[in-house]
Amino acid sequence: MPEHKELERIASQVRRDVLRMVHGAKGGHPGGALGCAELFVLLYFKVMKHNPAKFSMDGIGEDIFILSNGHISAGLYSTLARAGYFPVKELATHRKINSRLQGHPTPHAHLEGVRIASGSLGQGLSVGIGAAQAKKLNNDNTNVFVLMGDGEQQEGQVWEAAMYAAHHKVDNLIAFIDYNGQQIDGPLKEVMDLGDLGLKYKAFGWEVIEVIGHEFAALDDAILVAKQTKGKPTVILMKTNMGQGVDFMAGTHKWHGVAPNDDELQRALAQLEETLGDY
Amino acid sequence: MKKYTFTEKKDTRSGFGDAMTELGKSNPNVVALCADLTGSLKLEKFQQLYPERFFQVGIAEANMISIAAGLTIGGKIPFTATFANFSTGRVYDQIRQSVAYSGKNVKICASHAGLTLGEDGATHQILEDLGLMKMLPEMVVINPCDYNQTKAATKAIAEYVGPVYLRFGRPAIPVFTAADQVFEIGKAWTVNEGKDVSIFATGHMVWEAIKAGEILAEKGIDAEIINIHTIKPLDEKAILTSVKKTGCAVSAEEHNILGGLGESIARTLSVHAPAPLEMIGTQDTFGESGTPDQLMEKYGLTANNIVEASLKAIERKRK
Repeated sequence: MPEHKELERIASQVRRDVLRMVHGAKGGHPGGALGCAELFVLLYFKVMKHNPAKFSMDGIGEDIFILSNGHISAGLYSTLARAGYFPVKELATHRKINSRLQGHPTPHAHLEGVRIASGSLGQGLSVGIGAAQAKKLNNDNTNVFVLMGDGEQQEGQVWEAAMYAAHHKVDNLIAFIDYNGQQIDGPLKEVMDLGDLGLKYKAFGWEVIEVIGHEFAALDDAILVAKQTKGKPTVILMKTNMGQGVDFMAGTHKWHGVAPNDDELQRALAQLEETLGDY
Repeated sequence: MKKYTFTEKKDTRSGFGDAMTELGKSNPNVVALCADLTGSLKLEKFQQLYPERFFQVGIAEANMISIAAGLTIGGKIPFTATFANFSTGRVYDQIRQSVAYSGKNVKICASHAGLTLGEDGATHQILEDLGLMKMLPEMVVINPCDYNQTKAATKAIAEYVGPVYLRFGRPAIPVFTAADQVFEIGKAWTVNEGKDVSIFATGHMVWEAIKAGEILAEKGIDAEIINIHTIKPLDEKAILTSVKKTGCAVSAEEHNILGGLGESIARTLSVHAPAPLEMIGTQDTFGESGTPDQLMEKYGLTANNIVEASLKAIERKRK
């Protein structure tokens, strides 16, 4: 098992990949992807039981990850490539014509590691429930992980899913919320306040864990607790910084959907060690 | 005109429910999801016999469609069940992204389609669903015509890998197709061979087309009646072969003339072999409360309307 120190090195490369991908495409969503780098890396390089060399859509006997907030695809793509699902050099095609790395992820493009399309928000938690219940029917004791955005919590379907997962005791489902407090139009609190998000999930019957989303050890512990929680689903509220890792991008909604220019890219990359070799 | 008789009337939704019971036994991967309409969708027996494979989702159709997409990831074959309106318009984006675009093997099964839902009125009488669903790339769209055909279609779509929309209805109607039929997706069924006009009918309108054929026969007109149970993929070959022989066509569906079977036939004919076409369907309007018979009469969806349309089509071809 890799140490957290090693995971930090991988996360640094993922952040570099994200920045170079959106810069190369002259567009994309770097903010959220940078903010979720630790989660992506922790799941794919330590927590998940999975088989990058031989991707199977069914995922039987493997942990499954569903990215519900599909716009942060650059983070997922980099992690999948670095984990060995497809060649790292393919990252250069993101958002370009004839690419398998579509703006938002989709199995329609036959990219190894992607099992569902996402982009239109609010659907991933429901999809994760289905995948988790299929595992129960298959007597498959692996888990399903779903990542959602915090702004995404404004979608009604999320709460249909939250109600269902508790009612049906879908305890092999672990949800994460990228709680960075930002959305396209500004701070969440101004656009549409979520109130006490943890309390809302508790009231729906979920186990709720709050962690700092950039601390591997805390995230790791939270996932362990979630796995041991039986009879109800768990949601892990990850307090994160949108744009984490690059000082001038962190903590603001301004980099939600904007690519850095040449100068900004160089300033950003200077803050992130190239640990695994750029694509 | 070939003689069609029936000994009983049954609702097409019971064909769905009975097939599901059989599928529950024959195919362990078949699972059912229902949004608080288990009785209306005739799934009580499936629920009772296979409780671990029946998922009650409550009144949350969007959640139901996306959960179904997720279940396919574990190799399951999910059949979602609710009224046609809540199966399509209400959840279009979930179907588009989580099912169709994701290429998931989900069967969207929709009852109470069209005017024959009756007294509940226009909120529940969707007349746009065929159009909505046929517009989605890779979606198969099926609208069977009686109990037996619905039962056969339900079993057939379990074998087919890919997203399917299966549309059926509420009222008891004549059972006139064979109980032992093999349902072939995308293959039209020639109900009656004729030479004067081609009548292409789907769903509840097939029986009306048969009655129309009998009336036309009394007038000395030899109508070819073809059941287009699969709206997509459309059996273009059957349509073109028939119209080549008859020279004119009538389409009949319990659906808006915009976006339905009639438009698909119009496209096929205009691209390959233009010929006069008359369309029977609702005229870009909402429905209303009433008995099924009253509504079909008021909105022009009866055998007599098909007869009139046929006479008009024949007249146009002679000009």
